[in-house]
Amino acid sequence: MSKARGKLVYRHRLPTRLWHWLNALTIFILLMSGLMIFNAHPRLYWGAYGANRDHAWLTIRGNQAIGQLTIGSVAIPTTGVLGHWKDQQGRIQTRAFPYWATIPSRYSLAGARRWHLTFAWLLIGGGCAFVVASLINRHFVRDLRPRREELAPRHIWRDIKDHARLRFPTGEAATRYNILQKASYIFVIFLAIPLMILTGLTMGPGFDTTMPWLLDLFGGRQSARSIHFLCAMALAAFIGVHLVMVVLAGPYNEVRSMVTGWFRLRER
Amino acid sequence: MNGRLTRRGLIVGAGGALVAGCDRIGKSAVAKTTFKGAEALTMSAQRLVTDRAALAPEFGAGDISPIFRSNGNATPGTPEYARLLAGNFRDWRLEVGGLVDRPLMLSLDDLFAMPKRTQTTRHDCVEGWSAIGRWTGVPLRFVLQRAGLRASARYIVFSCYDSFGGAPYYESIDLVDALHPQTILAWGLNGHRLPVPNGAPLRLRVERQLGYKHAKFLRSIEAVASLDGIGHGGGGTWEDVGDYAWYAGI
Repeated sequence: MSKARGKLVYRHRLPTRLWHWLNALTIFILLMSGLMIFNAHPRLYWGAYGANRDHAWLTIRGNQAIGQLTIGSVAIPTTGVLGHWKDQQGRIQTRAFPYWATIPSRYSLAGARRWHLTFAWLLIGGGCAFVVASLINRHFVRDLRPRREELAPRHIWRDIKDHARLRFPTGEAATRYNILQKASYIFVIFLAIPLMILTGLTMGPGFDTTMPWLLDLFGGRQSARSIHFLCAMALAAFIGVHLVMVVLAGPYNEVRSMVTGWFRLRER
Repeated sequence: MNGRLTRRGLIVGAGGALVAGCDRIGKSAVAKTTFKGAEALTMSAQRLVTDRAALAPEFGAGDISPIFRSNGNATPGTPEYARLLAGNFRDWRLEVGGLVDRPLMLSLDDLFAMPKRTQTTRHDCVEGWSAIGRWTGVPLRFVLQRAGLRASARYIVFSCYDSFGGAPYYESIDLVDALHPQTILAWGLNGHRLPVPNGAPLRLRVERQLGYKHAKFLRSIEAVASLDGIGHGGGGTWEDVGDYAWYAGI
């Protein structure tokens, strides 16, 4: 595959690698158990309250004939996937998300909550440890902070075009994150994951006693639940793009550098 | 090329294994112990960061849900309950017993005559929905004071007129929540007597926990030292039957 063997460079430090693989597991379990929790009430609302007769901005419904996702006034047929799918025995089920996307695979709100709340501790604990380590080893400052020239619209536009043409950096440039990578990692680390944690806590009636300002910040428990769901979808989209980029950029080298830290530079 | 295919196969395989694996892992003894440990950690952490007397948020009249959804049993549906309902609950009595100095039998009029508290709070169902209602009732701590709670009492157990799958509905809370000012025995909702689907004639409001803790159709209150031997020992019907967390603060 590679004609010339480029030199090996140390690309990812241990705390980054550890957090990456911990999250690779944790986020998948949180996403999939979260979908099962959503199955218990497949409707999303804005505001402080919201139950069946109240106005839902998103619903996933199904019956023996069809499955349907409704966002606002737009109804999207989802027969075969959402709200209408076949289980392992070939029977039609009408829960929102199908068995292969949820943990546990059979309907269990209590079971899903166990998985979700246990792994939430790993997300919070691992995240805090990573932030502390990355401040100490200067990972944030050195690798994630965008440089002034990178923020120039021309630079960003060129980076977008390079990505669209699947032209990946070679030589020394490949040792640094490009601006789109920085933007997506900053989004995930400093926005999406903290939002997930805070909106998750906001849904807890016990926690609301201590930080009622979170309710004001997110606009109520049901808004927090909606934001929680939207952030989860954004994270799922990030993971999808992330995996595609790994495959396109050369999965062996990329995965090795995330396991051992060592990355082989491609020759120009 | 070979390396790429193997790796992709690995990723797909790992995804499939995650779904199937989690189901098996979830049933293992180690996982159950871990989950219980995480649950205890969640409760301790919440009790650590929250002031034990911290109040659940209260809302204004304009925030009240147009319809307060009823969940679970809409009525106990037993002849005994039908008879009590037909008599407008004149013959209904709340039995207060267990580790108390003065066991009580309280009628609705007894409860109406006691100090009352009205609070507009959000009901959070474990399923994810919420409803806001204005509850009126007697703070539980006044009832426990009147009965004379003994020092050995650690939990309050609530028994109900309804049942699930033949097992009478019950719930329990510890004294941190039982003595909390917002923990009330509610007989009114939105300015009216409590409707049957919402738990008439009396239900528990334990505002800092999820909906399944708020036992409806109350029959009796018992102060106990331990939850062992009550039901299946889980501390409540959903804890016993559905494996839900006993402390439902999140």
